Amino acid sequence: MITRRTFVKAGGCALVAYAGAPRFLFRTAHAAEASGKVLVAVFQRGAVDGLSMVTPHGDPGYAGVRPTIGLQPPGRGESERAVDLDGFFALHPALAPLVPLWSNRALAVVHACGSPDTTRSHFDAQDYMETGTPGEKATADGWLARAVGTRPAKSTPFRAVAIGPALPRALRGGIGAISMQSLERFDVRAGADSTARAGFESLYEQGVRDLLHGTGRETFDAVKMLRSAGAARIAPANGAEYPRVPLGEALRQIAQLVKADVGLEVAFADMQGWDTHVGQGAERGQLALRFRDFGAALAAFAQDLGDKMSDVVVLTMSEFGRTVAENGNRGTDHGHATAMLVLGGGVRGGRVYGQWPGLAHHQLFEGRDLAVTTDFRALFAEVATRHLGVPAAPLFPGFRPTQPPLNILA
Amino acid sequence: MISQVVAGAALALGLLNGCSASTSPAAPAVALAPAPRVTGDRQIVHVLNRLTYGPRPGDLERVRTMGVSAWIDRQLRPQTIDDSATERALAELTTLRMPIAEALREFPRPDPKLQAQVASGEMSRQEMLERYPLEKRPARIATELQAAKAVRAVTSERQLEEIMVDLWFNHFNVFAGKGDVRWYVSAYEREAIRPYAMGRFPDLVRATAHHPAMLFYLDNWLSARPDFIVPAGPNRGRRAGLNENYARELMELHTLGVDGGYTQRDVTEVARAFTGWTIDRPQTDGRFVFRPGMHDTGEKIVLGRRIPAGGGRDDGERVIEILTRHPATARFIATKLARRFVADTPPPALVTKVADTYTSTDGDIPAMLRTIFESPEFYSADAYGAKIKKPFEFVASAVRALGGTTDAQGGMALARASAEIGEPLYQAQPPTGYADRGEVWVNAGALLARMNFALGLASGRYPHVSVEIPALVAGAEPSAPAAVLNRLLTAIVADQAGPETRAVLAAQLGEPQITRMSPDDRGPANTDVAKLAALVIGSPEFQRR
Repeated sequence: MITRRTFVKAGGCALVAYAGAPRFLFRTAHAAEASGKVLVAVFQRGAVDGLSMVTPHGDPGYAGVRPTIGLQPPGRGESERAVDLDGFFALHPALAPLVPLWSNRALAVVHACGSPDTTRSHFDAQDYMETGTPGEKATADGWLARAVGTRPAKSTPFRAVAIGPALPRALRGGIGAISMQSLERFDVRAGADSTARAGFESLYEQGVRDLLHGTGRETFDAVKMLRSAGAARIAPANGAEYPRVPLGEALRQIAQLVKADVGLEVAFADMQGWDTHVGQGAERGQLALRFRDFGAALAAFAQDLGDKMSDVVVLTMSEFGRTVAENGNRGTDHGHATAMLVLGGGVRGGRVYGQWPGLAHHQLFEGRDLAVTTDFRALFAEVATRHLGVPAAPLFPGFRPTQPPLNILA
Repeated sequence: MISQVVAGAALALGLLNGCSASTSPAAPAVALAPAPRVTGDRQIVHVLNRLTYGPRPGDLERVRTMGVSAWIDRQLRPQTIDDSATERALAELTTLRMPIAEALREFPRPDPKLQAQVASGEMSRQEMLERYPLEKRPARIATELQAAKAVRAVTSERQLEEIMVDLWFNHFNVFAGKGDVRWYVSAYEREAIRPYAMGRFPDLVRATAHHPAMLFYLDNWLSARPDFIVPAGPNRGRRAGLNENYARELMELHTLGVDGGYTQRDVTEVARAFTGWTIDRPQTDGRFVFRPGMHDTGEKIVLGRRIPAGGGRDDGERVIEILTRHPATARFIATKLARRFVADTPPPALVTKVADTYTSTDGDIPAMLRTIFESPEFYSADAYGAKIKKPFEFVASAVRALGGTTDAQGGMALARASAEIGEPLYQAQPPTGYADRGEVWVNAGALLARMNFALGLASGRYPHVSVEIPALVAGAEPSAPAAVLNRLLTAIVADQAGPETRAVLAAQLGEPQITRMSPDDRGPANTDVAKLAALVIGSPEFQRR
């Protein structure tokens, strides 16, 4: 058993050499009941190229179709090469901060994951993934909102929080999810004068329960609770350093909410900039820079939470993947399946899940894209069921799993 | 008979609460009997709320004098409205008029050597700032455009045109932060959006399709026939090929709509048709050019229509013609306009009428708008106050409601306020632009930001933005707080304030910080009108239009 101190000391890159697992992995076993569990969803908007994020270097079809943007196979001792995961897949070199989590079996990958719907529209595909109903546009609420809605009611306004300028589709629904850009600025700022806050509060307290009034009421509950919890003052722990990018800021604040014990169950953050039609790059370049920020933010989050990570699962997602072959502009166009990451307590990590469909031309979806072998709903349902203890049926209406469970979570 | 009574009751409730009947539980009853028409001053307030960035003090009286339909007519012909005061306010924003080539010269891209020196520590940040000052950086172009947008929204007399420029920019969105769009974005609005915002829709499609900002943003400038070898430049000798990005969004977002009946095959064919539509010397000139060498000369089949081989540049023009004449486009554009001016979920009958106007007038925008503004759906009590203001609409309407003015500097501050509430101007990264549906904009953090803006604005904390709050309550006796409140509510939200809001604000009058008592404590001496105004601006009613 490692102590907290050695874990802290071994933080960051030093952890690569560490053979043992961080303590949160051991603690998971006896935290069986779902109370206190937090699910963090990270949406990579714009369709991340799963073949670059977790590259199938063992597939003979890979190298030929991406002459300028393909990653070199992993090589020993070469710092800028992809990092081998299991002899077949490798992690993009810019995601190196995630390698210790992989080695400690806290991080798993699901590859060739995606939607049964074949749209290549970002906006429709994002909607389908967030409502949990592919092909069905009329769904009013999001799957994460339904997940929270099926759990026992709790008297906290912080059950579901999105960090960002707008409430994402996944959290819309009658659960009073909160979205905010910044914990520090989440208050009526009127200096010493308390009449303004009280005045606004009463304005939204009265009247019909419509969207504005309802949101207003939840807002003031949240303001009060956040102030008394002092969440905004909690500093990153364990030497965690978040990258100064929106995803880093979002995860830093989600960690503050976890540590402040405000009753968080579901958190949501997103990251833009994955729509790499042009000049995507390989080991270096545009996409590598996105991966650098993405990996650093996730790694900092795990490090910051330390032991508390045993109650947290981070699930990453993207609306679809990208074309297998590079296009005429050293980029990739809209495709089908991609890779998703699952990180945290209870995750049976260190493994790439899902059946690999192959990259030979006849194996591709519509002759151009990575085929979907794992319906995203199978993954999301398993995470929600096993981590949050909610039934899958109301989350993904109409979904009948056709495959055995992934067993990605204990 | 019974249904009418129910409908009447539901409606009365809706009005009292200042909310749309569509969110009220009795909404289905309304469908049985048509909602009454909004009339009189209420109608004028409605028209001002929808066709402008919100009424200013005195607007109601001005429209009443002129007559509603005459006023709408005038707004539909913006070229007849003198707007020289706005133009003068914008004079100092020099990049607004700058051709792309000049912008590229005036705002050189950062020297990679300079950046390397800073990164290695050879040069301090201070030195870097001196060598490459902020006002010489290309970000200046978007900043000035943001400021101009705020100034125009607040002060322009051509309000409907400004609303339409905003709508079409979002419809044909480009992201000011993507690559060379930094230099092109101002020219894009000036050359491709503004001149056609009150013109014909197909002209907007054509103008945006040719503009370097769109060609860059959706990557078409790089799209070429599959076997094309780049003849010159840094990519010389390399094989280029097809890029589908523009082709897909042209159909999904600009014309047909995602359910408009096109297939992946159509996307590829449209992409082939637009090969060769590119940018001439993007970093020094930034002009549209057709390069025959990049063009795929073969035959294309788009939505079942044959475009014969050898069409060259005309292939793209043919595609635009096919798309803009398609009934799905008529319906998609009609829906968008009806959503902006009537309700988030627009009445289908109205959408059909507007689509018919599109078809019969080849997409004439004022004609479609007129169809909306003359429709019973537009004046229905269901539509009154049914829309929630976008953050930028909220910011501009607050300044206008308080009789405010702004110069270019103030415009920049207002643009920052809009960003804080969730709508950073010209910064929508995805090609959908910003949404025009209330649910997207109402959330906890954004509501607080709206309240904070209201407090800051009313107390004069936005430099270069001046508001005239005392004038709003002129004539009301300062020692009669109830009269002051009444005057203020009428000025800012007309008759939209619900009884609850009135009661809450009336109770606020009892707060010592709001109503200062006279020294002998015999009665109120003064009312803090600014704070009351802030509360009204931050109230639920003022978030609606």
